[in-house]
Amino acid sequence: MPLTLEIITGERRLLRQEDVDEVIAPGSLGELGILPNHAPLVTSLVPGELRVKTGSEVEEFFVSGGFLEVLSDEVTVLADAAEHGSEIDAERAEEARRRAEERLEQASDADRARAQAALSRSLQRLRVLEHRRRRGGGGRDMSRPTA
Amino acid sequence: MANTREIRRRIRSVENTAKITNAIQLVAASKMRRAQDRALQARPYAEKMQAVLGHLSGVASDPESAHPLLERRDINETTVILITPDRGLCGGLIANLERHTGEIVLGPEAGGSGDISMIPVGRKGGDYFQRFGIDFRASFQELGDYPGLAETQPISRIAIDDYTEGRVDRVLLVYASFVNTVTQVPVTVPILPVEPPASDEDSSGETQYIFEPSPQEVLADLLPRYVDLLVYQAVLEAAASEQSARMVAMRNATDAANDMISDLTLVYNKARQEQITSELLDITGGVEALKG
Repeated sequence: MPLTLEIITGERRLLRQEDVDEVIAPGSLGELGILPNHAPLVTSLVPGELRVKTGSEVEEFFVSGGFLEVLSDEVTVLADAAEHGSEIDAERAEEARRRAEERLEQASDADRARAQAALSRSLQRLRVLEHRRRRGGGGRDMSRPTA
Repeated sequence: MANTREIRRRIRSVENTAKITNAIQLVAASKMRRAQDRALQARPYAEKMQAVLGHLSGVASDPESAHPLLERRDINETTVILITPDRGLCGGLIANLERHTGEIVLGPEAGGSGDISMIPVGRKGGDYFQRFGIDFRASFQELGDYPGLAETQPISRIAIDDYTEGRVDRVLLVYASFVNTVTQVPVTVPILPVEPPASDEDSSGETQYIFEPSPQEVLADLLPRYVDLLVYQAVLEAAASEQSARMVAMRNATDAANDMISDLTLVYNKARQEQITSELLDITGGVEALKG
């Protein structure tokens, strides 16, 4: 029996899909793959790429952190922020990376952690884009938000 | 009896007022729909988060792993986060919120539970309570009609910092809860210390979860986000309440103005008739006199 995947943020429900074969998520202890019949699990997430496999199709999402819960073949991602690969703005992510790097160089200790977090978010966004491009894009286009 | 020109001026002035209230009503109606949608969209996240927190209630109640945001202390200092609109013209909404908050902040209970400070969100509440010389930890204005998590997070972060550093022992959230378009009720929700929701008891089988990295760490990640979420949801509901209250208040104002216009028009017509009649009497009287 395939998995049901739900990706929810505080502001919207990004995705609900019922025929997912595998979910690969950026867990705080490293990347983890979830297949059907997984044991009940709650893990925190770090900024990174979430891949969704359905048959031979793969889709990339970016999550900026949050939680993932698995319970009887239902995978729920509670993300602080999440975007589908097609929604990511390459220029903005690049710009954010540059800003974060600049801030990191001149940051005091208090700001360092925040700059580091911002940097990792922008790098992960770019990575999602890179993977999407290498795969040849396609799949859903969610760049125009559905109302 | 007022003369006709005066009445006509009144009518024109009331018509202008009605045009304005009608315009505000239409704007509020469209904002209301969007604000209500947003409040509803935030619900699945909140429910899920509560469910996960429920799974962790075992860890949460274990004194060994107590998290600072769960720690209950004697109450010496309370902070009230009061969410009000920035602008008026929304009927009794603001007055109700102020009265409700006044009972907590200035009422008999206030003296018994130590010092009170406030974080007003929205201009109206801040303006009102400033007069009573209450200490403001911070104040927020102009969050916009559709605030996002990014706008509300600074509010919850101040509360969390104050709580963890021991400056306050209790944080209450006061806002207008959205019941439906015509009913909004001021409510007080304690947000700190966090009261973990009771674990769902009907699933008596108690599913054993694996927690990564560990239950304590997941809890430590989850609690601040939970507080963020409570504040975010309150702000969304307050926005829906504000727009609904404004729409209803302005609809009533427009209706009242239209009633007044039809009353005044009746008075105006009567006065005009009378004037014409008396003019006619003058003329016929004059003619009769000339005939002599």
